[in-house]
Amino acid sequence: MDRIKRWARQILAHLDLPLLTIVLMLMGIGLATVYSATSADGFAKVDNQLVNMAVALGIMVAVSQTPPQKLMRFAVPLYVLGVILLIGVALFGSVVNGSRRWLSLGFVRIQPSEIMKIAMPLMLAWYFHKYESVLQLRHFAIATLLLLVPVAFVLKQPDLGTSVLIAASGFFVIFFAGLPWKILLGLGALGAAALPFAWNLLHDYQRRRVLTLLDPSSDPLGAGYHIIQSTIAIGSGGPFGKGWLQGTQTHLEFLPERHTDFIFAVFSEEWGLAGNVVLLILFSLLIGRCLMIAAAAPTLFSRLLAAALTGVLFTYAFVNMGMVSGILPVVGVPLPFISYGGTALVTLLLGIGMLMSIHTHRMLVKK
Amino acid sequence: MGDFHHNEADLKTFRSRILLAGVVVLLAFSLLLARFIYLQVVQHEYYSTRAESNRISLVPIVPNRGNIVDRNGIVLARNYSAFTLEITPAKTVGLEATIDGLAEIIEIQTKDRRRFKRLLEESKNFESIPIRTRLTDEEVARFAANRYRFPGVEVKARLFRQYPEGSLAAHAIGYISRINSKDMEWIEAEGHSANYKGTEHIGKIGLEQHYEFELHGKTGYEQVEVDAGGRAVRILAHTPPTPGNDLHLTLDARLQQVAEAAFGGRRGSLVALDPSNGAVLALVSSPAFDPNLFVDGIRFDDWDELNNNPDKPMLNRAIYSAYPPGSTFKPLMALAALTQGKRTPNQAMADPGYFNFGNHRFMDDKVGGHGMVDLYKSIVVSCNTYYYQLANDMGIDNIARFMGELGLGSRTGLDIPGETPGVLPSPEWKQRRFKKREQQKWFAGETISVGIGQGYNAYTTLQMAHALANVLNYGSVFRPHLVNTIRDPSTGEVRQVEPQPIRQIPLKREHVDLIKRAMAGVNKEGTGARAFAGAPYESGGKTGTAQVFSLKGQKYVAGQVKERLRDHSWFVAFAPVDTPKIVVAVMVENGGFGAQSAAPIARQVFDYYLLGKLPGGPAPEVEAPEDGPETQENGNGPD
Repeated sequence: MDRIKRWARQILAHLDLPLLTIVLMLMGIGLATVYSATSADGFAKVDNQLVNMAVALGIMVAVSQTPPQKLMRFAVPLYVLGVILLIGVALFGSVVNGSRRWLSLGFVRIQPSEIMKIAMPLMLAWYFHKYESVLQLRHFAIATLLLLVPVAFVLKQPDLGTSVLIAASGFFVIFFAGLPWKILLGLGALGAAALPFAWNLLHDYQRRRVLTLLDPSSDPLGAGYHIIQSTIAIGSGGPFGKGWLQGTQTHLEFLPERHTDFIFAVFSEEWGLAGNVVLLILFSLLIGRCLMIAAAAPTLFSRLLAAALTGVLFTYAFVNMGMVSGILPVVGVPLPFISYGGTALVTLLLGIGMLMSIHTHRMLVKK
Repeated sequence: MGDFHHNEADLKTFRSRILLAGVVVLLAFSLLLARFIYLQVVQHEYYSTRAESNRISLVPIVPNRGNIVDRNGIVLARNYSAFTLEITPAKTVGLEATIDGLAEIIEIQTKDRRRFKRLLEESKNFESIPIRTRLTDEEVARFAANRYRFPGVEVKARLFRQYPEGSLAAHAIGYISRINSKDMEWIEAEGHSANYKGTEHIGKIGLEQHYEFELHGKTGYEQVEVDAGGRAVRILAHTPPTPGNDLHLTLDARLQQVAEAAFGGRRGSLVALDPSNGAVLALVSSPAFDPNLFVDGIRFDDWDELNNNPDKPMLNRAIYSAYPPGSTFKPLMALAALTQGKRTPNQAMADPGYFNFGNHRFMDDKVGGHGMVDLYKSIVVSCNTYYYQLANDMGIDNIARFMGELGLGSRTGLDIPGETPGVLPSPEWKQRRFKKREQQKWFAGETISVGIGQGYNAYTTLQMAHALANVLNYGSVFRPHLVNTIRDPSTGEVRQVEPQPIRQIPLKREHVDLIKRAMAGVNKEGTGARAFAGAPYESGGKTGTAQVFSLKGQKYVAGQVKERLRDHSWFVAFAPVDTPKIVVAVMVENGGFGAQSAAPIARQVFDYYLLGKLPGGPAPEVEAPEDGPETQENGNGPD
């Protein structure tokens, strides 16, 4: 009995209460909104999502118990595995909805780009940690290369949303590792100059999404339909919303992808500006807590990993809400902890687990 | 030492960048917040409206069209509900295959397919078009069982127009048919577009057209919540339609029946008016057609038959066919002479049997003439010479002015569309009518032909009945009208149509009474005597003949002329003489002399209307009186 109690206390000791509280609140909101978005099918989707959450929370708990030094060991193998799988996707992947994203391993289908969201910050954090004392400009160059290879593969699939997230995760590591501002700004200028070329590299549908953002009404039944319907949903929600389960845009099925990428429009229609403010506060608190963890992290590896994971979390939330409300192009990014779907949830809670681990193991490292 | 310092600096950089990240996050979220405020507060109303229009669809509910009933309550037009099988071509998978498939379970004839094809050409692709109408219950059940096989095909309960009396008064009642683009323009011009959402049929001719906006009613609406797929989820609000108004006619359906039967299929027209108020009692155009054929889209062969029939059944002769009135013009001429002081009742002239004008001799019908002729006798014996002389004395301008006041040469304003104004000849008219200068000049000789109702004169039966009614009414003019009252079936409100005279012609009572006496004389001792022999009521009349074919001086013998070249037979009459209850104008195309064909029809109409006596069959042709009734001097001016 005592052993079990001690064991449980040990597990709990590695969970960060503020993070856990905020994440559970967000997931609660997510469940309610998924139910509203899929109430026509009863509880089927909600049940699935509960299972997804349980699995993802389990993974979070497990990861939180793992010290950062152990996590560091996964960096290189996971990254290498990820790249190999991405090459495999490019060669043998199966095409779904016009994109080659999935790799069938016989018994299970996996989406290797998802692995990269975790593998990338791990790998780069490990890399900078390894060369911490001798850090020179070339290390930044190599890190950039390590970043660009998988991003290029994912972009080629094509999967704009995931490649943005992977690129962001890597960029955050490099940024927080202290890439000098001069170079940062220089690269920024270079990137801006390269924009027209990048434009040419984009797929037609990706270009259309960008154009549609600028003028959704140019294609009201095609690419613009998503944005038009989601802004109508958000705008018609007004200051206080139409009430839970009362959203007409949602329940009359005008909103596309309403339980996945566009779930924010459902929430926004039913809870209004008040709900949005609550959501923004929760995300701000979450990210604030994560940044605090990063600031307090003892090693360069854990600092960079924590900061990068935080950056990814922010990117998720900002890009999703931005695209659904019509200020960013539509890329396939779910709203963290709220959108239906297991894969993203596992990735996100894996990251949260890592952050918890970093925070709860910091004293041990100092000693 | 150095490493440590290095780490310290790195940590500082890291922490400052973390701080920066925090600021960026707050800025980014502020940007989102600004966007949300813009959408949800500033633009809230706009997006609410968009969301509402997304979800709410207005479904029109077509009102019941008003009924048309005769003066005694006999229903002439009503609605009935029936099932139709309809196809929305845009929703089908292969139109031909769908129809072929339907034909396996429900009888679809070639004519149904043909009609469908025609309606398809007229309509837009997203409308639903009937392939079969009037399904039996068994057919409805059979289709219901196979419904899943036919996307875009539906059984609908629809209201159909029905004309229970068939072709009776078809020209007056008209018919409804599917709305075409021209009708749409009309509806739009009249500002009724909103009220016609969902309406598929519209009045095409007759009362159905003239009173379209009375009969139609007010379209109701159902506010339906629809989902993104356009499926109705629930009804939010229901505004019931207001049924159209009923028309209660002045027309007497049984009298109409008697009048139509009297024609016995002969071509011609009849208008019977109540002279005291302009109410149309009967309006016959023979032959007629069955308006029921048009209701669910006329079949090709039916249309073909109506269109190619040499008797032109679709033509409303009563209001559209204008002919020279012949001698029926004479009582009006006599009244003009009295009113304008050109003749006195007792003033008599010697009739030598002809009238010389310049180097042309206008002939009377009676060789040697009628002897001494005064105004009364001139009507009873229909003396041409009297009117040659009179026309010459009056001059065309005076004739035209008086006849114009009586209503000739202009539309009477009857409440069905398609009236012709006819031709009231005058020098002005001729100038308008002809383009070449030499044709525009009015010749004095032309006036003389006009005086006996020939020449350029051309009037409809409606105009002749109307003019006579105006005379009998001592100059009070009532607009002829078919509708007596318009009744709102929901409120019971009754509106009277045209109860007041529209103008007054200055006529002297004693002049009118003299004309009436003279016309009574026609039916007692003149050209109408044979047709009205033995009538227990006193009636007045005047026969007339409109020449179809000029025989260039040869004696006209009806039996020797082909039927289509025979003269048109006219008769105008009224009864009883003291206080006329009914006035008729009858015209039988190629009916020969007026007394021969037209007068017996008037007799049957009067017998029914005044005595309730039903005739045994079509009006008989009466033999022409031995002395020959009238002549047809087609004087197109001095030769």
